[in-house]
Amino acid sequence: MRFYRSHVLVCGGTPCVLEGCTAVRDALIGELKRLGLDEEVRVVETGCLGPCDLGPVIVVYPEGTLYEKVKVSDVPRIVEEHLLKGRIVRSLTGEGRVLGIARYEEPQYLEVQERIVLRNCGIIDPSSIEEYIAADGYRALAKCLTEMEPSDVIEVVKESGLVGRGGAAFPTGLKWNFTAKADADEKFIICNADEGEPGTFKDRLILEGDPHSIIEAMAIAGYAVGANRGFVYIRGEYGLSIDRINEGIKQAKAMGLLGEDILGSGFSFDIEIRRGAGAYVCGEETALIESMEGGRGEPRVKPPYPSTHGFLGKPTVVNNVETLANIPPIILDGSDWFRGFGTSRCPGTKVFTMTGDINCKGLIEVPMGITLRKIIYEIGGGIPGGRKFKMAQTGGTSGGCLPAEMLDVPMDYFTLPEMGSALGSGALLIMDDSHCIVDIAESFMRFFASESCGKCVPCREGTARLHDIVKKLAEGNGTGEDIRLLEDLSHTMQRTALCGLGQSAPVPIMTMLKYFRDEFESHIKDRLCPTGTCRL
Amino acid sequence: MSLDSLESAVKEIVQRHGGSEYELVAILNDVQKVCGYLPESALIQVAKGLDVPLSKVYGVATFYSLLSVEPLGEHVIRVCENAPCHLLGAESLVDVLQKELGIPMGGTTSCGKFSLKYTSCLGVCGVAPAIMIDDEVYGNLTPDDIPVILDKYR
Repeated sequence: MRFYRSHVLVCGGTPCVLEGCTAVRDALIGELKRLGLDEEVRVVETGCLGPCDLGPVIVVYPEGTLYEKVKVSDVPRIVEEHLLKGRIVRSLTGEGRVLGIARYEEPQYLEVQERIVLRNCGIIDPSSIEEYIAADGYRALAKCLTEMEPSDVIEVVKESGLVGRGGAAFPTGLKWNFTAKADADEKFIICNADEGEPGTFKDRLILEGDPHSIIEAMAIAGYAVGANRGFVYIRGEYGLSIDRINEGIKQAKAMGLLGEDILGSGFSFDIEIRRGAGAYVCGEETALIESMEGGRGEPRVKPPYPSTHGFLGKPTVVNNVETLANIPPIILDGSDWFRGFGTSRCPGTKVFTMTGDINCKGLIEVPMGITLRKIIYEIGGGIPGGRKFKMAQTGGTSGGCLPAEMLDVPMDYFTLPEMGSALGSGALLIMDDSHCIVDIAESFMRFFASESCGKCVPCREGTARLHDIVKKLAEGNGTGEDIRLLEDLSHTMQRTALCGLGQSAPVPIMTMLKYFRDEFESHIKDRLCPTGTCRL
Repeated sequence: MSLDSLESAVKEIVQRHGGSEYELVAILNDVQKVCGYLPESALIQVAKGLDVPLSKVYGVATFYSLLSVEPLGEHVIRVCENAPCHLLGAESLVDVLQKELGIPMGGTTSCGKFSLKYTSCLGVCGVAPAIMIDDEVYGNLTPDDIPVILDKYR
């Protein structure tokens, strides 16, 4: 093995790829070669480093210097000054701007964060199984296969208090237990990577940044419940994720970590990829299974649940990407260790994606129970342009909208629902005071009206009507009756829709009416938008 | 594409997927790659090949947003107008795209070069607003970027 005096990590997550990180990487490699430094300095393309809107981002170790918005033309300077002469190019570190992070591991950005799920993201080369193994990869699978009975594995996961990170927050250990107990000749593990909640891109970046953690976790789940086949159902739009996981499966097979008789244990497990074709509702687990069986992605009536009647009618575990990424560390370090993070009701961490009016957009992982204020002002660098915070939507487009009074509410799967909101998938959309609530509400409702699958009446008709009414308000044609109608319709949908889509579509409207009612009313009574920014 | 070559292409795709009804979504994806969209004649072939009713195949073909039973332009432009993109000005991108191409959302240019559609969230909200042209995603866009990007495809 060769030793290098410096490593240059180039973020290869999709947001950075879009900003041209591939050309920067190639320029770095070329420049290092030109100066004869290619034997001393190694360039590694990693998964997402976090600050997505500063891309392309590179970090130089051992110093931990973060260079942001790097252009190909900056590369010769970075190589010559920093890597040859050892002088940090301060003008490119973005010092004093936004976050003031010259060192990646320093101040606010990583200090408040706790990285379990993203332990390898932005650190290892995701296309190298060797680097994953060097970072303790596949050790949890080996431990399960050689030291633990399947029931022990389930017990640890149960004890850890891990709940599903896709949004529904169902206890993962319990889910596994149902499938383990079910009597069947064949069982399946499905990784739900059909991430479609607007504002959420964590699963994409986990798959791109650490694909082997998902492969390992699926094999562990297979061993625990007695399944020998797994599927990763990925959105058709996620090209790079599909490539990385494909490559990962091939590597794991070549090393005997997937396939027949893994590590001589007698346990066999294989993974296939299924590509989605564009349907938000397929993130719902029974709709996803319908789609995998070649049908329209329409949810099934539950119960029975997939844990006993899933893919092809067989017992099936369906877990979200982030949920699975938690599994290997829980197996290795134990449930007590995991319970040391987050809150007693909701242990562990949560990966959030910050979008909208916030200085530092991107991917973060923080302990459960952290406040919105800490996320926005300490990690996210606050609101740009000195504007005032107006509201944050937690949990994606199907989540609730919280006003400034709620900035200190602990963010976890139990507290937020008590406020009428949801933690959901971990999307955080921050809005400043320049935005009109009614205009945003129309954007939300248009989304649901177009994504409703049409199977059940409350959702098919309800989402369309919600959109019609909000549109009417946004155009200045609303009446007082419309608000009552919105509330009535929302209640009906929450109680009667078949799946989570129809049940949660009214959540943003309900919370907006609760916290920003006066803004709706002024659109009706005064035909006036208080922010003056909507099309009224 | 002639009817004969379409027939053999569809046959090959169905075979590649083991003639399994469960692979219908993947089969339609592949057929669309060959034909550019899903013409009725191809749907009939798929239904025959899998021995399922045409109504089932049509139902699936019209359910997913990445599949189309209408002819599409050579390049498909998908614009995300979900909340994170909306907040950061996706509407102004829609205006410029419609003006530049001279077609409304959902339309195809008369030369057959471009189709313009809305898309569900592309999952690149960190660099919102974003659009996707064929398989290529563009982020951090302003209206001024649009003509420059379109020129690459013209």
